[in-house]
Amino acid sequence: MISPSTTFRGYRRENRRVGVRNHVVILPVDDLSNAACEAVARNIAGTLALPHPYGRLQFGEDLELHFRTLIGTGSNPNVAAVIVIGIEDGWTRRVADGIARTGKPVTGFGIEGHGDHDTIMRASRTAKEYVQWASEQRREECPLEELWVSTKCGESDTTSGCGANPTVGNAFDKLYALGATLVFGETSEITGGEQVVAARCRTAPVREQFMAMFDRYQAMINRHKTNDLSESQPTKGNIAGGLTTIEEKALGNIQKIGKQCRVDGVLDKAEVPGGPGLWFMDSSSAAAEMVTLCAASGFAVHLFPTGQGNIIGNPILPVIKLCANPRTVRTMSEHIDLDTSGLLQRVMTLDQAGDQLLDIMLRTANGRLTAAEALGHREFVLTRLYESA
Amino acid sequence: MIHFILHDARDSVGVVVVEGVKTGMELTGWIMDEDRQVTVTAIQDIPIGHKLALRDMAVGDAVCKYGVDIGRVVTPIRAGAHAHVHNIKTTRW
Repeated sequence: MISPSTTFRGYRRENRRVGVRNHVVILPVDDLSNAACEAVARNIAGTLALPHPYGRLQFGEDLELHFRTLIGTGSNPNVAAVIVIGIEDGWTRRVADGIARTGKPVTGFGIEGHGDHDTIMRASRTAKEYVQWASEQRREECPLEELWVSTKCGESDTTSGCGANPTVGNAFDKLYALGATLVFGETSEITGGEQVVAARCRTAPVREQFMAMFDRYQAMINRHKTNDLSESQPTKGNIAGGLTTIEEKALGNIQKIGKQCRVDGVLDKAEVPGGPGLWFMDSSSAAAEMVTLCAASGFAVHLFPTGQGNIIGNPILPVIKLCANPRTVRTMSEHIDLDTSGLLQRVMTLDQAGDQLLDIMLRTANGRLTAAEALGHREFVLTRLYESA
Repeated sequence: MIHFILHDARDSVGVVVVEGVKTGMELTGWIMDEDRQVTVTAIQDIPIGHKLALRDMAVGDAVCKYGVDIGRVVTPIRAGAHAHVHNIKTTRW
């Protein structure tokens, strides 16, 4: 059971946000800089490179999202310090300056005019200083309401809607009552349940913003679709698990926002919430894209229900897996942090399942590695909006 | 033992939550919202997680789950049959 006096042991950062991990990140601005970042991470123990395939010739809103995601990732309170490496100085400085606004240690390195060897040598020297500094940071007691919690489900099946997702909903209801900061999203995956979410929006303007995001996403799908999206949304795995239509999947999906929470505001992709409450983020329904956006928005732990066994993790955001499908729990046990299959046989109540999830969440916040962390899952996937210039 | 679950008493399909449901088995269902039980006989093998029709449905009927419309029947479905992509389609995309 959680109460207003429940605490966790986290790292309080320079901007007062609280993290639950203490990563020193080596962040490439672009695809060309992955090799240097990975070389620095090999040189200096305890650093974490985040290679990705983008960052060149992007423009407009797509470029803004790229910067927002990289800056948000570096700014996340689970990150103690950051080395930024880009092919040239301008965009490298832009990302480093964005992260520096948190007050945490960050240095940028441009490769042009130096080459990989010199860049790797200089960046490694700084990374070594950062790792030693970070290793002296200490956890302190923090009120639970300061833990930002995100959710997204994956490889759902019908047991997700009956068991794992309502468990997250129960935990969200309890966290919401404490004044926590929470987020959900997956705009396309609300199709068929959009009126349920709209009815939960706290104010008419929030409802209008939510519906505008929903309608824009539907228009995009209708513009590009070549069939009824079966096997893409629902996925082939969803269908194998018994989910038949997007409406059925959506109604299961939105069990994650519980019964009491209201939607207090909406966020663009990788936008940082302006206060406590439940936020809807306009986002992809693909697991790694959505979880990467949650990390970039500043969330510190993630609740991830699965049915058929999505195995995703994230490099900086601990992803806690729960599952109510007894077959998945049996066949893929190494990926599952919490088994809620007892719900389906009435040997466990939803309230008990929600409390067990909050317990494992607190243990994770205090430092326990998730299954995905222990298995080395570090999916860092940037959302692209359209083609490069 | 609970063989299948209904979210809402109005639902026309239930979710099989155990492995090994075979043709002819008498199945016990739990209506979660009302904490009440119902029984249906399976007329096909149904894998865990897949849906069981709770009543006969004709082409064009709305399928109800969570008390809400989740799609249209495209091939007639008999009570106790496997209800999935071969006989139900989305109305959205």
